[in-house]
Amino acid sequence: MLRYGLSRVRNAVPTLLIIVTIAFFMVRLAPGGPFDAERSLPPEIEKNLAAAYHLDEPLPAQYVRYLSNIVRGDFGPSFRYRDHTVSELIAIGFPVSLKLGIAAIVLALVFGTLLGSLAALRQNSSVDYGVMGTAMLGIAIPGFVVAPLLSLVFGVHLGWLPAGGWEGGAVRNMVLPVTALALPQIAVIARLTRGSMIEILHSDFIRTAHAKGLPARLVVFRHALPGALMPVVSYLGPAVAGIVTGSVVIEQIFGLPGIGRFFIQGALNRDYTLVTGVVIFYGSLLITANLIVDLVYGWLDPRVRYE
Amino acid sequence: MAGLTRGCAMSESDVAVQELAKAGGGRSLWQDAWRRLFRNRAAVASMAVLTLITLASVFGPLLSPHPVDKIYWDLIGSPPDWQNGFYFGADANGRDLLVRTLYGGRISLLVGLVATLVALLVGVSYGAISGYVGGRIDNLMMRFVDILYAIPFMFFVILLMVFFGRNIILIFLAIGGVEWLDMARIVRGQTLSLREKEFVEAAVASGVRGAAIVRRHVIPNTLGPVMVYMTLLVPKVILVESFLSFLGLGVQEPMTSWGVLISEGARQMEEAPWMMAFPAAILGVTLLCLNFIGDGLRDALDPRDR
Repeated sequence: MLRYGLSRVRNAVPTLLIIVTIAFFMVRLAPGGPFDAERSLPPEIEKNLAAAYHLDEPLPAQYVRYLSNIVRGDFGPSFRYRDHTVSELIAIGFPVSLKLGIAAIVLALVFGTLLGSLAALRQNSSVDYGVMGTAMLGIAIPGFVVAPLLSLVFGVHLGWLPAGGWEGGAVRNMVLPVTALALPQIAVIARLTRGSMIEILHSDFIRTAHAKGLPARLVVFRHALPGALMPVVSYLGPAVAGIVTGSVVIEQIFGLPGIGRFFIQGALNRDYTLVTGVVIFYGSLLITANLIVDLVYGWLDPRVRYE
Repeated sequence: MAGLTRGCAMSESDVAVQELAKAGGGRSLWQDAWRRLFRNRAAVASMAVLTLITLASVFGPLLSPHPVDKIYWDLIGSPPDWQNGFYFGADANGRDLLVRTLYGGRISLLVGLVATLVALLVGVSYGAISGYVGGRIDNLMMRFVDILYAIPFMFFVILLMVFFGRNIILIFLAIGGVEWLDMARIVRGQTLSLREKEFVEAAVASGVRGAAIVRRHVIPNTLGPVMVYMTLLVPKVILVESFLSFLGLGVQEPMTSWGVLISEGARQMEEAPWMMAFPAAILGVTLLCLNFIGDGLRDALDPRDR
């Protein structure tokens, strides 16, 4: 297991390197430089600026410098927010996104597995069709449609919850964005759970458990559910990715000061260092998340053999 | 849903056996799959609806009395009205929303189709070559796919749009270039087992070159799973495009897509809810139909359910 973990970490290195490399060269290939201001600067100043940011060095040297900076967590200065470095901006935005993301994952896991198990236990009943039909809708209707709708209905018309804004992460402000973020994942997890639950409910050890007279509740919770949740555990990696991507648009819709919003603002403002910094940051985050999920999976399911 | 179709397939397979006995002959895998697909009510209804949406998107803008970009100054932001023929109302610039929705459908469906084809082309050739060649090269090629899997491509697609302009060809290539990984894995898995089959051996024995074997014997036999995956990829791609467009990074004026219309509508949602409702509903229905067709195809081609 330790060896497996180490080999996975070793595998993550080329992945990260690819991410950083693509990000670096994309910025360099992008039309327009970082200091293309509205009015052109005198050549001496431009030269000094280029020297200050090492833009006058040959590309390979810049690449090596960028790499070594990244390793130290330095993503460079932001092009637009002149008095902030990219790392500072990430440090400002990340707690918000993290809070949203964790709440959404927990919500998705609880409701997804609950609804999926319910559908499986009542297979081919109206409950089953209801849950699965809704799940299908949840998969087909994108989050950026659900989010404005939620904001309009609960924020504007009913006035129960704030239609947007963060206010330091008050629970009231989090309900709607977290719901919008979690809904598509609830749908996927419910479908997954239902499928694996049905399969497990038909297996021999469940029949044995019933036969030896265990109460149905115990059979479901102690024997069927843990096994049925394994596909959900392996889905957690993609789920985290989905929520990270989703939060980009959700933060934008609800006006939340998370990284996703910085990313989109940065993209629209052509703040190249900010956007590449965010991509690299999220890339390493997702790689770590996937690694943890795989290790947890192996710990939960002893049949998994690591090579 | 799967339970429902499975239930139908069971009772109908008995009927099928009787029919088979009457006809006194067999059916090919594909005939069989088609029959099963056409017995799946959700899939058939979805195909009908999807055909309707596609036809309307392709021909609707030609038949509509209102040009896509014509501005009706006195109708800016007016609600749907059956009297004056603006069935979906007008958008914030006074343009007919119905014709814009249909026109946006052209772009969304086109992106869905073309980007999926790009993914298909890359994924199938990559997977087939990797699986057929095998050995160390296969190992290396699949290792590369593993590495790519871990990259958050959605962000790179966004970067691409930001850095190199919102060009529709770039959208095709970017989305297609990102979504081929699953396809490559599926095809490679299929190829690994196909490679050991007698007909491939026969082809090798009669001196057919490797490339020709892959093209003529291997790839056609991977078609089943590939088709299922393709139908499920199209809605995914349409969703990615509308996601980009919603963020203001997708197609741009004078072109439009469902994502752009939803984005524009979301901004006016309080005063003019129909501006988002119509494009969002049509996008939702389209995605729903594609998912049902994909599920139906999978059930039809999956031998486990027979």
